[in-house]
Amino acid sequence: MSFQVPIGPQHPALKEPISLRMTVEGEVITDVDIRLGYNHRGLEKLAEEKNWIQNIYLVERICGICSHSHATCYVQGVEKLMELAPPRRGLYIRYLVSELERIHSHLLWLGVAGHEAGFDSFFMYTWRDREIVMDLLEMISGNRVHYAINTLGGVRRDLDEGQKAKILEGMVTLRKRSEYYFHIGANEPSFVGRIAGVGLLPKDKVVALCAVGPTARASGWARDVRKEDPYAVYGELDFEVATADTCDVLGRVVVRVKELLESYKLCEQMVRNLPAGDIAVKAPRKVKPGEVVSRYEAPRGENIHYIKANGTDKPERLKVRAPTLANYPATVEMLRKGFIADIPLIFAAIDPCICCAERAVTLVKAGSGEESVVRMSDLRRQAIARHQNAPVKRNAVWPL
Amino acid sequence: MLNKLARWSRIKSPWILHLNSGACNACDIEIIAALTPRFDVERFGILLKATPRHADVIIATGPATRQMRDRIIRIYDQVPDPKFVIAVGACAMSGCVYRGAYNIMGGIDQVIPVNMYVPGCPARPDAIIDGVVKLLGKL
Repeated sequence: MSFQVPIGPQHPALKEPISLRMTVEGEVITDVDIRLGYNHRGLEKLAEEKNWIQNIYLVERICGICSHSHATCYVQGVEKLMELAPPRRGLYIRYLVSELERIHSHLLWLGVAGHEAGFDSFFMYTWRDREIVMDLLEMISGNRVHYAINTLGGVRRDLDEGQKAKILEGMVTLRKRSEYYFHIGANEPSFVGRIAGVGLLPKDKVVALCAVGPTARASGWARDVRKEDPYAVYGELDFEVATADTCDVLGRVVVRVKELLESYKLCEQMVRNLPAGDIAVKAPRKVKPGEVVSRYEAPRGENIHYIKANGTDKPERLKVRAPTLANYPATVEMLRKGFIADIPLIFAAIDPCICCAERAVTLVKAGSGEESVVRMSDLRRQAIARHQNAPVKRNAVWPL
Repeated sequence: MLNKLARWSRIKSPWILHLNSGACNACDIEIIAALTPRFDVERFGILLKATPRHADVIIATGPATRQMRDRIIRIYDQVPDPKFVIAVGACAMSGCVYRGAYNIMGGIDQVIPVNMYVPGCPARPDAIIDGVVKLLGKL
């Protein structure tokens, strides 16, 4: 198997143009080729022409769903290069926004997983609840999606008592709703039957292919940068790394629901223990020559930024390794033994995301090399039809 | 008579196609948010369609990348006449922060004609709904 990755520094996720090339034998996939580059914008090169402050807003726009992850990862690295120590209140607010972003991203993903499995009311439920956390983010930062709260040396906005109370109130509602999702999962055999045993990825394969984030944790590999290399405030907070050992899409759903509950806990701790003081320190305009690697646990997995400075007010090199890129080899492995009808579900499970008109899957018949192009929406219809005829998996259980 | 009926149905229930030509997903999730219970555009008869052949309105997000250029034109050609394009977000309007990058051609209007621009980075769901409603008012 050979595939090229001409990918720019961007994060392919929801409704992103991407092409998958599968080789199939009957209904079973034997080979997969992922074509990338439709979304390549040349962002790493562009970063070399902008100064340190301007680049915060540029890297924030790598991805709209984990915009804060990229901005924080970059800011962490530059602060290390500048030898700046942001005030503790600033750090707490920065990582509070991080956890709120994780909540919004996981709720979004749960909805998408429900949609791909043919459970559209679940999609509407989670997206309704996601608006709660979007409102909190808008209240804290003034924007729904690109928060722009980070700056070199701290954050740009402070929290007051009223906002703290509102965040705690929101967490209570969200926890109640998440427990309801647990209840749905445990009592809906058709949903569990649809996602159990799909997209298997054993633990040894996860380690060999270096999968990250919930994809790795769903196969029993407890890898989380927040725990194994605690940065900033995570060393002083109490949380657990969520794992599952079913190695399939069911495991990935369970890991994300568990992580939601851990994030509620983290948010409450950070709001209650918010230290007093300043929110930012002044940052110098230029950086001494040097290089740094910054790691950050984004909602989708480990995010790495490599930054090289040459003594001017602009970076010499910025390299971004987004978590979805790290998960592509694992996705190919997951798809390989699966059915055509499971493609949308498996592909959505690593969280790059859903069907769109211009995202087509090319099916190559293994024998003749004959190609046919199928839309994701048609695949989804095929998947629903196939599972309506298939018997319910009686042995599949919700593992919580 | 038939034209009148077609015009009436187009205003009462426009079907939209979401076209991502290299966006950062921010506008895309805001468009999806506009379809879900808080904003719920389905009450206006607006439905999201997966294929360009069913759509009346293209909602385009993101700057036009060189790799996507030919695909954007092909998708535009597949939409039946009369067709309308709404450029959502600063990127689709002008290229936003990506302006000047080697793989970016600029806004979506460099490739296909645009009827309505919705500003914002990203545009809020309310703004997107407002854009669609204003476009319908022009019909």
